[in-house]
Amino acid sequence: MPKRHWKTKDILLSITAFLIISIVKSAAVIGVLLTAVAYSVWLERKVSAHIQNRWGPTRVGPFGLLQPLADGVKFIFKEDLTQPHVYKPLYIAAPIIAVVFAISSIAVIPFGNWVNIGPWGTYLQITDLNIGLLVVLGITSMGVYGVALAGWSSNNKYALLGGLRASAQMVSYEVSLGLSLVGVVIMAGSLSLRDIVDAQGGVFWGFIPRWNIFHGQTLAFFIYMISAYAETNRTPFDLPEAESELVAGYHTEYSAMKFAMFFMAEYANMVTVACIATLLFLGGWHGPIFGPPLLQAIMPVIWFCLKVFFFMFLYVWVRWTLPRFRYDQLMAFGWKVLLPLAVANVVYTALVVAWRA
Amino acid sequence: MLHLILFLFFGLICVAGAINLLAQSHPINSALSLIVVMASLAALYLLLGAEFVAAVQVIVYAGAIMVLFVITIMLLNAGAEERTRGSRIATLIGVPGVVAGGTLVAWTLLRRPDRPAFAIGALKGGPSDIARLLFHDYLLPFEVTSVLILIAIMGAVVLASRPEAVARGPRKDGE
Repeated sequence: MPKRHWKTKDILLSITAFLIISIVKSAAVIGVLLTAVAYSVWLERKVSAHIQNRWGPTRVGPFGLLQPLADGVKFIFKEDLTQPHVYKPLYIAAPIIAVVFAISSIAVIPFGNWVNIGPWGTYLQITDLNIGLLVVLGITSMGVYGVALAGWSSNNKYALLGGLRASAQMVSYEVSLGLSLVGVVIMAGSLSLRDIVDAQGGVFWGFIPRWNIFHGQTLAFFIYMISAYAETNRTPFDLPEAESELVAGYHTEYSAMKFAMFFMAEYANMVTVACIATLLFLGGWHGPIFGPPLLQAIMPVIWFCLKVFFFMFLYVWVRWTLPRFRYDQLMAFGWKVLLPLAVANVVYTALVVAWRA
Repeated sequence: MLHLILFLFFGLICVAGAINLLAQSHPINSALSLIVVMASLAALYLLLGAEFVAAVQVIVYAGAIMVLFVITIMLLNAGAEERTRGSRIATLIGVPGVVAGGTLVAWTLLRRPDRPAFAIGALKGGPSDIARLLFHDYLLPFEVTSVLILIAIMGAVVLASRPEAVARGPRKDGE
C-alpha cells in the first residue's frame, strides 16, 4: 500500500519538524530566561548598592558582570547539607517543584510578532493558546506548593511559619491578582495573550499609545502590580522570609544548589510577572518603529525587553524604598482594600464596554 | 494515535494517584496524591477539547482548594494515621457495591447502540462557548447557583466567628 505508506511518512515528517521547532524554541527561551534571572540578581545587587551609596559587585569582570557566573559556580561546589530531621522525599521535591512551575509559565508568553528567518517563519512564542492567560494563572497557583512543602518538610518552626505565611499570602493575593486582569480580558474579548496585545495597537490623538494602562485600566494596573509583589514574596510583602523574625523563612534549612533553586524560582517568577504586566497593560511589543529594515524587524522585541527591564528595575527600586508590612496589615490590605477595588474595576469596565457596544 | 497515548498516560497517572491516595498513611502524602489526580484530570479535559474547564480545574481545585487542604494539614501538624482493619460492614457491602456500580456503568455505556462517537478534541469547550452557555442558555440556573454559594459563604462566616464578636459588631483597632 504505497499511498498509506507515504501518508504515514508525511505525518512522521510533520511531527518531527514540529518537535524540532518546539525544542529549539523552548531551549532558546529557557536559555534567555535563565540568563535574565542571573542578571536580575546582578541588577538587584548593583542598583541596591547605588541606592545605598555603595559600589556593589566590582571584582569579577568589568562592573562585576561575571558575578552571576561566580555565584553559580559557588552554589554548585558548596556542601549540600540535608539535616537528619527533615522529611526527605518532600524536602528534595520542594525546590524542584518551585523552579519547574516558575520556569514553565514562560511557555505561553509572546515576545514579539511573526518573524521570517529565511524560508521559515514563526511567532516569537513557544505556543499560543486560546487560554494563555489562564495557563499562566494556573501554573503560578501551583507554584505555592514548592514554598509550602519546603516549609513543612524542613521540620523547623521558622521554616513552617514561613511556609504557612507564604501560602496564606499567595492564596489571598491571587484573588485580587486574577480579578485585576478581568478588566483587560473584557476589553480584548479574549484570553489569548497574543490577541490581548493586538487589541492595544494604535494611538489616541496621534501620540498617546492605546495601551490598557492609558485606556481605562490604570487602577487595574496598580492592583495587579501590588498583588504581583505579594505573589512573588517581594518587599514590602516579603513576610515569608522576614529575616528579622523568621531567620530565612521557608528556605532556612536549604543550602547550596537547593537554595539556589528557590532563588532562581523567585527571580523567574519576577520575570514572568513583569512579562504579564508588559503584555496586558503596556501594550507588549507595540512601540514606535523606525530605522533600516533589519532594525525594524527586531524593534518589537527590543520594546518588549525594555518594558520588562523597567518592571525589573521597579522591583529593586521598591524593595529599597518601602519598609515591610505587618502581617495583619498585609491580610487586611489584601482582602479589604485590593479585593473590593478589583471587583469595582471589573464592574466599571463591564459597564463601559456594554455601554459602547 | 498520539491522543490515545496521552489519554492512556494521564489515565494511568490518575488511577495510580487515586490508589496512592488511599495507600499512603501520612495525610500530606495523600493530599499530594489528590493534587496529582486533579492535575491529570485537567489533562484529560484538555484532551477532550474542554480548555476552559481544564484551566479552571487546575486553578481552582489543584491550585486553591488543595492549597487550603495542605495548609490545614500543616497547621494541625497531623501525623501518620493508625491502620485499622476496617469495619466488616464496609467490606461486606462496599466491595459488592463498587463492583455492581462499575458493571452498571460499563453495561449502560456499551449497550447503547447509538452512542455518539466523538473524536478527541471535537467537543467545543473554549471560553466563549462556556460563556454563551452560562450567561445565555442557562442564565437562571447559573445565577441561582451563585446565590446558593453566597449563602454558604455567609453561613461559613457566621459559624466561624465567635458569638460575642457577632453581637459586638466589627472589631475596633487596639482591641
